[in-house]
Amino acid sequence: MISIRNLSHVIDGRPILHDITLDLPRGGITALIGPNGAGKSTLLSLIARLTRIQQGQITVDDLTVGASSDRDLAQRLAIMPQQANVSARLRVGELVAMGRYPWNRGRPGYEDRAQVAESLAKFGLTQLADRFLDQISGGQRQSALAAMAHAQGTDYLLLDEPLNNLDISAARGLMRLLRDMADAEGKSILIVLHDINYAAAYADRIVAMANGRIAADGAPDGVLTPQLMRDVFSSDADIIRVNGRPVVVV
Amino acid sequence: MSSRLLALLALLILSAAGFLFLGAEGPWAFLLPFRGAKLGALMLVGACIATATVMFQTVTANRILTPSVLGFDALYVLVLTVFVHGLGAQAAGLVATPAMFVINLVVMTALGLGLFALLLRLGSGEMLKLVLTGIVIGIAIRSFTGFLQRMIDPAEFQLVQAGSFARFTYVDPLMLGIGALVAVPALALAWRLRFKLDVLALGPTAATGLGEPPRRVQMQALVLICVLIAVATSLAGPLVAGSSGPSNFFGLVVAALAHIATPSPRHAILMPSAALIGGCILIGGQTIMERVLHLATPLPVVIELLGGLLFLTLLLKRRAA
Repeated sequence: MISIRNLSHVIDGRPILHDITLDLPRGGITALIGPNGAGKSTLLSLIARLTRIQQGQITVDDLTVGASSDRDLAQRLAIMPQQANVSARLRVGELVAMGRYPWNRGRPGYEDRAQVAESLAKFGLTQLADRFLDQISGGQRQSALAAMAHAQGTDYLLLDEPLNNLDISAARGLMRLLRDMADAEGKSILIVLHDINYAAAYADRIVAMANGRIAADGAPDGVLTPQLMRDVFSSDADIIRVNGRPVVVV
Repeated sequence: MSSRLLALLALLILSAAGFLFLGAEGPWAFLLPFRGAKLGALMLVGACIATATVMFQTVTANRILTPSVLGFDALYVLVLTVFVHGLGAQAAGLVATPAMFVINLVVMTALGLGLFALLLRLGSGEMLKLVLTGIVIGIAIRSFTGFLQRMIDPAEFQLVQAGSFARFTYVDPLMLGIGALVAVPALALAWRLRFKLDVLALGPTAATGLGEPPRRVQMQALVLICVLIAVATSLAGPLVAGSSGPSNFFGLVVAALAHIATPSPRHAILMPSAALIGGCILIGGQTIMERVLHLATPLPVVIELLGGLLFLTLLLKRRAA
């Protein structure tokens, strides 16, 4: 379980997060939604230890973010980086193999190779393993990054707006794979999403944030209401139900 | 990939043999130790600058930067100038002696680390800010050096001038020994960082996610870069033709050639490859300069000319790196 206790964060004198307390139990997909500047990405980067915690505490199972060793945390919690941040000129296979680093410290063994082959196959990248990252499409690149996070073999996976710049087929493909990782492998996935409809369609739980506070929390059915659209997103978008799921009409 | 490394090693041995045995005029008992010391210095300097440049490019995530951008070569000339300025003609006997070498090595390492500490504070941990601040400080150091040089006696100035260019005409075995004593452990530590550097090359987010927070690896690499460049510069003088070069083209050439000869993202390949290429260029270049062109041109001038062309090519043709 990821527990967040009394987390507050200030950037340049501007409060970003106000006293957030949130529990994310094992299993399932939790989507963080909210308007721009609500603090979703800050919250994610604090859990991911990309930003130093100023006030409050975050624990992942028995590990404390900021206090436990980086290696232990890396074996428990994977972060999928955004495409623009991955700079090296690498082959897909090499990138995915880097996911094993927390376990092998750069010296891959038989198990590591097997895990990498499995991750490549799962994300449909086996054929592309020898291609360079700048020779494949944006969707394939995103899959490669997801495959790397998968190869890391952690219980928890954090993703910050992974659907940016993806077309609908790539976006749905990625979300389906995440859904499968949660269902078949029991992984706990925390994902920041901009598109509420993707959150409604694929997440088990939605946490809506506004002005650095948690505005709503629960199953998509209960959270996505016209009132939430008004209060949190300042939008009069309608919500209708299709096949039993809430859908925001844009 | 390892076969390419072996080919580079063969090339290095070939140029070393050429350097040792070509155009021998005199007794071997004198020639071999004399040339052996020079050969050792060339290899050491090549390996130090190559390794430091590869690390620096990974740490800054930029393939056209080299450590001398941060004013390292400038520090060396500054130390030399301050020394001559302070001691006057007495310094004459000291330039290019082991004592001066040790002083230079210690002062440069200390100043280099101080420079980094200052840069890290000013740059608040951001690599881009650090590099930009470094460039400005490098210019400040060069200007201050130029100011001092204008004030000293012309005869003394010649001392500084002579010491301000990379030279391999004579190498004191003692200096080489001291240099190796410092550089070899630093190179070994750099080798131990190879996997961490691979992770760092993925970018800060991925590196953190994989359990290698970039700050720590960056600091370790920067300290090693500091020591390696200090050894190389104290031993050979700045490998920049003139002390005002904006970029150390030798490091640039070596790192770029390593990426071409052994295209791999792994530092376990890149660092030895660059070190071997560095040795090849310096030894092969020095052989040609000494034996074929009879010292008509100093080696750094040629490296600078070819390096300049390569720099432009890299700049114009580079992909989003």
